[in-house]
Amino acid sequence: MMFSSYSLLLTGALLCYMLGMLAGFVQIYRTSTKTSKAENWLITGGFILHLTAFAWRFWESGAFPVTTLHESLSCFSLFLAGIYLWISRTAKVSILGAFINPLTTITLLWSMLIIQQVKPHPPALKSLWLPVHVIFSFAGNALLAMTCGLGIMYLIQEHLIKTKRISNLFKRLPSLNQLDQLSYTCLSIGFPFLTLGIITGSIWASLAWGSYWSWDPKETWSLITWFLYAALLHGRLNSGWRGKKAAILSIIGFVAIMFTFLGVNLLLSGLHAYGAH
Amino acid sequence: MNIVTLGVNHKTAPVEIRECLAFAEGSIPEALQQLQQDVGLQESMILSTCNRVEIYGICEDVEITRNKLVDFIGTFKDLPAAQFADSLYYYCDQEAIQHVFQVASSLDSMVIGEPQILGQLKEAYALASEHKATGLILNKFMHRAFSVAKSVRTRTKIANSAVSVSFAAVEMARKIFGDLSDKTVMLVGAGEMCELAARHFVNQGVKKVLVTNRTYQRARQLADEFDGSAIEFKDFHSQLDRVDVLLSSTGSPSYLIKPEHLAPALKKRKHRPIFLIDIAVPRDIDPATNNMDGIFLYDVDDLQDVVTENIDHRKQEAERAEALVAIEVEKFIHWLESLQLTPTIKALHQMADEISRQELEKTLSSFPDLSKKQQKKLESMAKAIVNKLLHQPITFIKEHSEYGEQLPVEIVRQMYKLNDFEQCKQDKSS
Repeated sequence: MMFSSYSLLLTGALLCYMLGMLAGFVQIYRTSTKTSKAENWLITGGFILHLTAFAWRFWESGAFPVTTLHESLSCFSLFLAGIYLWISRTAKVSILGAFINPLTTITLLWSMLIIQQVKPHPPALKSLWLPVHVIFSFAGNALLAMTCGLGIMYLIQEHLIKTKRISNLFKRLPSLNQLDQLSYTCLSIGFPFLTLGIITGSIWASLAWGSYWSWDPKETWSLITWFLYAALLHGRLNSGWRGKKAAILSIIGFVAIMFTFLGVNLLLSGLHAYGAH
Repeated sequence: MNIVTLGVNHKTAPVEIRECLAFAEGSIPEALQQLQQDVGLQESMILSTCNRVEIYGICEDVEITRNKLVDFIGTFKDLPAAQFADSLYYYCDQEAIQHVFQVASSLDSMVIGEPQILGQLKEAYALASEHKATGLILNKFMHRAFSVAKSVRTRTKIANSAVSVSFAAVEMARKIFGDLSDKTVMLVGAGEMCELAARHFVNQGVKKVLVTNRTYQRARQLADEFDGSAIEFKDFHSQLDRVDVLLSSTGSPSYLIKPEHLAPALKKRKHRPIFLIDIAVPRDIDPATNNMDGIFLYDVDDLQDVVTENIDHRKQEAERAEALVAIEVEKFIHWLESLQLTPTIKALHQMADEISRQELEKTLSSFPDLSKKQQKKLESMAKAIVNKLLHQPITFIKEHSEYGEQLPVEIVRQMYKLNDFEQCKQDKSS
């Protein structure tokens, strides 16, 4: 019974995200305050349902629910929705939702396809460091996902301006400067979170496994990702990397994040295996 | 009582005819007087702009008025009617209302959505009302037209996109830089087109303008106009790193600005983008620069394409606007009809009967043991009071409307809030 309430909440959230995503797409073709309001309400509604589901799961399992692939994907999707709501409220970038909400929706959809019952946790996961590590990492990842979405928007808009195509999309997309600035803001908040995620992870590792760093694939890849973003931030601050170059790097960086988050678990094996494996 | 409009516009008459028919502002008061005395218009006004000359009036007989108006123009302008009669259009009632609403909303303009026409219409109306040529109907008609124009402007995107080359340049710059207030514009060459575009940029908030020209004197002159600074022509390449938007329109036969000039400038400005606008023919800027990262180059044809695209977009929006106009025409006709005598008298009776019926019911319910006869007596008393009270106002409006005056009808309607009453009844029955 409990399990079905949980999945019901998640289904509701997924439905809201999907409709919100569609409302976002509609806005590429015609803007109206109605669709934009609908989008906002749907994503907010989805986020609240999703958060309730998350809390439910937390209460049910007694541990911060990121121990299986299903839970992790769902949690990442929750962070994406939350960060999106925050950014779209503060920055007012038109049609940002059309580029971010698909990722939120797909992540939650994937998570629901592999939904599982609560399982007993391995003792290593019953630690206060787990939520700390995960919150920092996912907040960082979600912000860097924003950077990636904004990078894609930048590349499209830059292409449209260069090739002189005055389409609907051109009219709806914000100015290059706004996209570049916001992308930089997300990077400069996201990067410290990513760094804290790695540091707290390493402290936790030393407590749980006895060593700060053991070069397991997840650790190695997160370091590679960190260096990529460090390079991007450094380039932006010191060498005038901006615009197209920065946009491309922010997309590459996010690919590395997704590989660290998912690829490592699905393709390589190591200490960071989810409970399901 | 009918609303009529007679006139010519850019679609029906070439400029040679329009300029002959145009009314100079000084001659309008006299013309309005003649419209009242000779043509017999009860109310009138004249709109005369470079694209249209139109007379709006209230009259009793549509056909006679048409001929009289043509005669009036012929004598007033001292022109044989044959010269302009074919270019005239003449609308009455619904068509006239629709036409004026379209004119006010800039749907009938040469450049759809251009904002001047509304101002011109307001001035024309102010002039006519100053000379007491307008009355109840034209007053209401014009105010309605202004509010239709406003709602078209706010509810459609008819005026949102640039329809001139120089404004299209500003629009593109906004898509690159967003805010323009801290940007620097450089003019290379002091052509007229460049100057116009620069003026648009300054109006949109640009504060820094640099000007360079082969003759330094001219550069100096133009720079002063924009509170900017002049640069020696031989030095301008070294200043490119300061420039965000560059407008070029020199008579140079070969490319003045090439990738090798821009590469060091980009490096120096930490790769902040530069928007190049080439208005010159032959072109001043090497098209290869558009392939550089951070350089955006538009020439005259590119900007013209933007304009064409935007005009198409305005036409689409105009269709939505027409729908809004149609609704407002409907509403205005409804108001006009309400000024007729018969429906007003009917509404007045209905309203009064309703009140007396309600009050009667209240009274009768508190006296349950009245006999049938007593009830009848009370009912006829209520009816008599109603009829006596209504007698005077009805005679009053009847007498006045025999002379074609609608104002008393409107006053009575407002006193008794008859428009609200009718609306209420309509809502209930539908």
